[in-house]
Amino acid sequence: MTGLDVVFVLVGLLTAAGAVLTVTSKNLVHAALALAVTLAGIAGVFLVLHADFLALVQLVVYVGAVAVLFLFGLMLTRAPIGREALDSQNRGLALAVSGGLFVVLSTLIVLAFGDVRVDAMTGPGIDVIGIAIFAVWVLPFELLSMLLLAALIGAIVLARREDGESGEEAEVTRIEVGDPPINESDGPPAEVAGDGQAELPAGSGGGGQA
Amino acid sequence: METPLWVPLLQATVVFTYYLLLTALLIWAERRVVARMQSRLGPNRVGPFGILQTLVDGVKMFFKEDTTPGMVNRSIFTVAPLIGVIAGFLSIAVIPIGGEVTLFGETFTLVVADLSIGVLWVLAMGSIHVYSVFLGGWASNSPYPLLGGIRSSAQMVSYEIAQGLAVASVIIYAGSLRVSDIVAGQAGSGFADGVPGWYAIPLFPAFMVFVIGMVAEAGRPPFDLAEAEGELVGGFNTEYSGLRFGMFMLAEFMSVVTMSAIVVTLFLGGPSGPTFGAPEAFAGLIGTGWFLLKMVVFIFFFILLRGALPRYRYDRLMDLGWKVLIPVALVWTLVTAAFVILEQEQPGLGTDLRLTLASIAAVIVGWLLFSGREPRDAGDGLDRHEPAPGPVAAPTTDTADDGTTPASDDTADDRQEVAP
Repeated sequence: MTGLDVVFVLVGLLTAAGAVLTVTSKNLVHAALALAVTLAGIAGVFLVLHADFLALVQLVVYVGAVAVLFLFGLMLTRAPIGREALDSQNRGLALAVSGGLFVVLSTLIVLAFGDVRVDAMTGPGIDVIGIAIFAVWVLPFELLSMLLLAALIGAIVLARREDGESGEEAEVTRIEVGDPPINESDGPPAEVAGDGQAELPAGSGGGGQA
Repeated sequence: METPLWVPLLQATVVFTYYLLLTALLIWAERRVVARMQSRLGPNRVGPFGILQTLVDGVKMFFKEDTTPGMVNRSIFTVAPLIGVIAGFLSIAVIPIGGEVTLFGETFTLVVADLSIGVLWVLAMGSIHVYSVFLGGWASNSPYPLLGGIRSSAQMVSYEIAQGLAVASVIIYAGSLRVSDIVAGQAGSGFADGVPGWYAIPLFPAFMVFVIGMVAEAGRPPFDLAEAEGELVGGFNTEYSGLRFGMFMLAEFMSVVTMSAIVVTLFLGGPSGPTFGAPEAFAGLIGTGWFLLKMVVFIFFFILLRGALPRYRYDRLMDLGWKVLIPVALVWTLVTAAFVILEQEQPGLGTDLRLTLASIAAVIVGWLLFSGREPRDAGDGLDRHEPAPGPVAAPTTDTADDGTTPASDDTADDRQEVAP
C-alpha cells in the first residue's frame, strides 16, 4: 500500500503544480498546457484509486478533446499568444470565488464521506457506472446533453456568420469586438473570395477579380 | 502474483521489438512498392533488395546535426516529438500479437498488459498523439508549421470521433472493453460454417468507417494534408531536423503499423485463425502468424493507397469526416445496440430475420450516404473555385478570418500585389 501512497502523493503534487501554473502563467498557451497537465494528473489520481475507466475517460475527454479545443481557440482566434500580460483586474473577485468554492466543496466532501472507510480499492465496474448514468440519473444526463447541444449550435452559428456555404449571404449581425473561431471546413481561397465580395470597397474588389 | 519477473519483461521486449521491426520494414516496403508503382527502382543498394536501407537512414538521422532555430519555444519544441513516439509505443501495449505461448513452464499471452479497459486505452493514446503534432507546429513559431499543425490536429480530432463511434459498436457487440474478450468473441465461425466470426462482417459499416478513419488518423495519403508539400513545405515538422525529425517520421510510420494492429484486433479476429490441428504448444505461434499476415494486408493497403490516390482537398476531408463517417458510425452504433437488446429480449432469433433487419439498417445507412451527395457537390460549385489570389496570399488568408475591417484591408493589399 505504501507504494501506492507514494505514487498518489506524487501525482497529486504534479496535479496541484499544474493547477497553480495554469492560473499564474503569463503565456496563454503555457497556461493551457498546464491545464492539460492538471487534467492528466487528475486521470492519474483516478488511476491510483483503481478507477481505471474513469481515468481513461478523463484522458480521452478532457485531455484529448477539451484541452485541445482550448489550444485551438487560442491559436485560431489570434488571442495574444505571446508574452503580453493579460489581466482582467479581477484578481480579488476570482480569489474570493475560488476560495469560497474550495471551502464549500471540501466541507461538503468531508461531511458526506468523512467517516467512510474504503477497504478494498476496486473501482465500480463499467456496468454499474453505465446503469447509474443511463438509468438512475438519466434526466440530469439528458439535460446536460441538451445544454451541450445548445452550446454546439451556438458555436456553429457564431462561426458561420461570415459567409453561407452555398454562397448566399445569411442575414447576420456583425460582431466587431472579439475574435470568432474560423469556419474550418472552408478552404483558404473561399475565405478570401467571400471576404472580398462582402467587405471590400468596389475598387479593391475589382483588383481581386483580376 | 506467481509470474516471475522475466515474463512481463519478455512480453514488453518482444512486443516493442516486433512493432519497431515492422515499422522499419514498412518504410522499406513502402519505398519499394511505391517505386514499383511509379516505374522506378527504389532503394536497392544496402542488403538484399535494399532491405537494410531503413537502418542506414536511421543511423544517418542519428548523426545529422540537430538544429534548433532561434525563434522556437525551446522546451515544447523538444518535448513534442517525444510525445508522439511515446504515445505511439504506449498504444500498442494492449494489443495481443499472438495467442498463448508456453515457455519454461510459464504460459502467457504475447501482450504487454491486458487491461479491463483496453480499448479506451488505445483511444486515449490516440488523443494524446494529437498533442505531438499540435505542439510541434506551434512551438516552431513559424507560419507553415503552425498551419500544418492546426490542420492536422483538426483532422485528427474530427476523425477520432468517427473512429470512436466505430469502436463503440464493437464494444457494444462484444459486451466488453477488454481486448482479450473482443478477440475471444471473434474466435470460431460466425453465423454460418466456414465464415469467420470476425466483427467486420456484422459491423461492416463500422469497419469501413474505422478503416477510412485510421488512414486519416495516421495522417497518410490521401489524407496527408498536414504535410501537403505544395502548400505547407513540410507541415508541422518543417523546422525540425536530425533525430527529432526522425522521431516525427517514426511516429507517423508507426501509427500505420499500430492502426493496422488495432483494426485487425477489433474487426478481424486478431491472432485467431485455424490452427490446423497443431499441438497446444504451437497454437499460439500459429496465432502470431495469422496476426502478422492480417496486419501485412492492411500495411500493404496503406502503401497502395499512397501510391494510387492523389491528396484530398481540406474542406472535402472535413466534409467526409463530419457529414459521412460520423452519421454512418452513429447509425450503426444504434443498430448494433438495438440488435444486442433484441438478442437479450428474444434470444435465438432466426438468421433470415436478422439478415432482413440488417439490410433495412443498411438501406438507412446507404440513404444517409448518398442522399446528401447532390447538395454537397453543388456546394463545391463555382463559388468555391473563384480565382485564387495566388500562392503568396495563402498564408495571409487566415488573418482575414476575423472579419474586422483592417484585416481584410491587408488582404486586399496583398491581392493587388499579386494580381498583375
